[in-house]
Amino acid sequence: MAINAKNMTNKELFYGHKACGGCAASLTIRWTLKVFGERTIAVVPPNCMSTVGFIFPHMTFGCNAVIPPFAATAAVMSGILAGAEAQGLEDYHVVGFAGDGGTADIGIQSLSGAIDRNDKITYICYDNEAYMNTGIQKSGLTPYGMKTTNTPAGKNIHGSMSQKKNMFEIMAAHEITYAATASVGYPEDMLKKLEKAKNAPGPSYIHVFAPCPTGWGTESDTTIEIGKEAVDCGLWYLAEYENDEFTLNKNPKEFSSVEDYLKKQSRFSHLDEADVNEIISQRDIKWNKIRKNWVR
Amino acid sequence: MERPVVQTYNKPKYIDDYPLGPSFTSGHLTEISSGMRTYKPIIDNEKCVKCLRCFLVCPDGTIDKSGDVLEIDYDFCKGCGICAKECKFNAITMHKEGEI
Amino acid sequence: MSNKIFASGDEALALGVRLARPQVIAAYPITPQTITVERLADYVEDGSLKSEYMYVESEHSAMAACLGASTIGARTFTATSSQGLLYMCECLHYASGSRFPIVMMNANRSTATPWNIYGDQRDSLSQLDTGWIQLYVENGQEALDTVIQAYRIAENPEIMTPVMVNLDGFVLTHTYELVDLPKQSLVDKYIPFKDYPNKMDLDNPMSTCITAGPAWNMEFKYQQHCAIMNSALAIKEADKEFEALFGRSYGGLVENYHCDDADAVIVTLGSVAGTTRIVVDDLRAKGYKVGLLKLRCLRPFPKEELTKILKNVNVVGVLEKDISFGYEGAVFTEVNSALSKLDKMPKTYNFIAGLGGRNISKEDIKGAFEKIIAYSDSKEIVNNVEFVKLGCE
Repeated sequence: MAINAKNMTNKELFYGHKACGGCAASLTIRWTLKVFGERTIAVVPPNCMSTVGFIFPHMTFGCNAVIPPFAATAAVMSGILAGAEAQGLEDYHVVGFAGDGGTADIGIQSLSGAIDRNDKITYICYDNEAYMNTGIQKSGLTPYGMKTTNTPAGKNIHGSMSQKKNMFEIMAAHEITYAATASVGYPEDMLKKLEKAKNAPGPSYIHVFAPCPTGWGTESDTTIEIGKEAVDCGLWYLAEYENDEFTLNKNPKEFSSVEDYLKKQSRFSHLDEADVNEIISQRDIKWNKIRKNWVR
Repeated sequence: MERPVVQTYNKPKYIDDYPLGPSFTSGHLTEISSGMRTYKPIIDNEKCVKCLRCFLVCPDGTIDKSGDVLEIDYDFCKGCGICAKECKFNAITMHKEGEI
Repeated sequence: MSNKIFASGDEALALGVRLARPQVIAAYPITPQTITVERLADYVEDGSLKSEYMYVESEHSAMAACLGASTIGARTFTATSSQGLLYMCECLHYASGSRFPIVMMNANRSTATPWNIYGDQRDSLSQLDTGWIQLYVENGQEALDTVIQAYRIAENPEIMTPVMVNLDGFVLTHTYELVDLPKQSLVDKYIPFKDYPNKMDLDNPMSTCITAGPAWNMEFKYQQHCAIMNSALAIKEADKEFEALFGRSYGGLVENYHCDDADAVIVTLGSVAGTTRIVVDDLRAKGYKVGLLKLRCLRPFPKEELTKILKNVNVVGVLEKDISFGYEGAVFTEVNSALSKLDKMPKTYNFIAGLGGRNISKEDIKGAFEKIIAYSDSKEIVNNVEFVKLGCE
């Protein structure tokens, strides 16, 4: 039976943290721990979540939790798994919560190694599209056109001019047991995928689109709404990879307005018509490929 | 215990009373978060149908669904407003702190 | 009946590790440590070692994997050298700060640039501040024995500090000698498995490796410092207890070889101590009053032992295979600092030798003794840091 708000435990395993109000990353951790349960070992590298989560003596994780070195989230997860196996421990889950920078940039080497070893870990990337903890700097998953503190919007630099690294497909290229993209804007879909990851017989990866009111310049109460709109306008997609096959979970008949989505966020306020059209055409190129190649 | 409560932690007098390495029992809270709040959500129990969407989407998990009515833990609610925004029955309204 | 095996330094160390039964091994290959990790894989394959052997993608990940395994309470082992040691440097601070009893073999090797796979001690001596206990071995037998002692020291609940066992690249790792293999049952008695006091427990969850701000940080660091200072006693005891069970000991923190009535002593570490020992014997036979002080342990630094043994010596030469650019050899600085506490401090002289694997011969060491004996009589103020056997002006 699928996990939902009614049958989900009332117990909170991530509580009392100092995240900004409306933080999708904290919601991601909250939902994950609801699905994975008390016998989870959470691995949270230096990022917003570990910064707001463990400030001695205030410990907001209710399960076992460790902060690994920044580049080594997946390596520490593999080590925990090996240590647990060696001691014959049973009935536990090793789950990592890394941001986009900790996944796609500095953390990619150890992530690749862990998946390659086929270690049964669940790696959650909460993608708020920049290095938020250090003050909103550009990461490998910063989208085209986003204003960050080191890709300022002006005459010479027009915000970030590179594309998001395709982490979902990079994970699929490792022939990982289970990979999925999700968004806090589609809670039921995300909860279902968390459950699948928990039960996967090998490594799993979930890439969560996680709006950040502080970094994106959005109202704190619009987090779920923006998470939904990103999927509805096609700038994010909900998909899964398993058994050598890609499945598109949601194929909008008609995309909602990209411009409306962008205009709600002050990180995109500097974009002109040419920029918006560029973003739309990049979206169309991507979706042509998705619609041609992925099972629906 | 469904939600951890705030405890007092006194600075140990002797070095041997510190935990071994930077570590501590999980779920040990020493501060509340209500200071981060400007707006406070109030649930109108007449309008609430207990669909539990607010319970689901609260990033801080402050809504307790165990009783007959939903209860917000105001020690840890940050007033982000997601619950009010997402309630399809307009059962939650945001009020400026100090006005209620 | 003795159980002797003809083994290289790398192999001897692997034999010691097998006896120690680490539950998780995570190591990345780097010359000249490779034979150790290969042998350990062989032992896992043939069933003589039950261990989770992890294939990691870098040294940083190797130490990170050991960190992870330690958090859940497993006994771990890793091995590296030069570039690898530097690559995992961040994780060295991490392990010691978090108080994990990880044991690591470091095959001392020169660090790039220039690229050089041969032995000098610049890699580990540049990491003295990372909070690891650092031991330096003289030969293959000591390597085998010390890695077993390392677990006893590291896992002592009062200590809980990671230990680095250093052996000279190629000079020790790839040369062969007959080593005696301790009995497994006695090793099990010497280093039984116990629960780490700071491990994560599924029934009593813990948050570890966490943040501590200005209000708390100094106390954690002080705690860490106290533990490694107290480990001096634990290291001496581990060595004594090893002798009681296995019949061999190495002097604890230092070895005093003919220093008691010596006029001139050379302080050194690693395999060079073995060569120096022979030179001391030769010179003693000729009537010179010379001695060797072998530094087995660099961290915690054996300040007390040094001042006690060297207080009546006229001149001390420190022979080391490193240089702290812009100053002098790192060991020289430490020896000078310790000896400065004496009312009458011996004259001290620094020999920088063997960088990049350049051979240090008996003649070189004899020359060093002659140099410091002459220096002890001289009234000149001289530059007392010398590069030995330099091929140019």
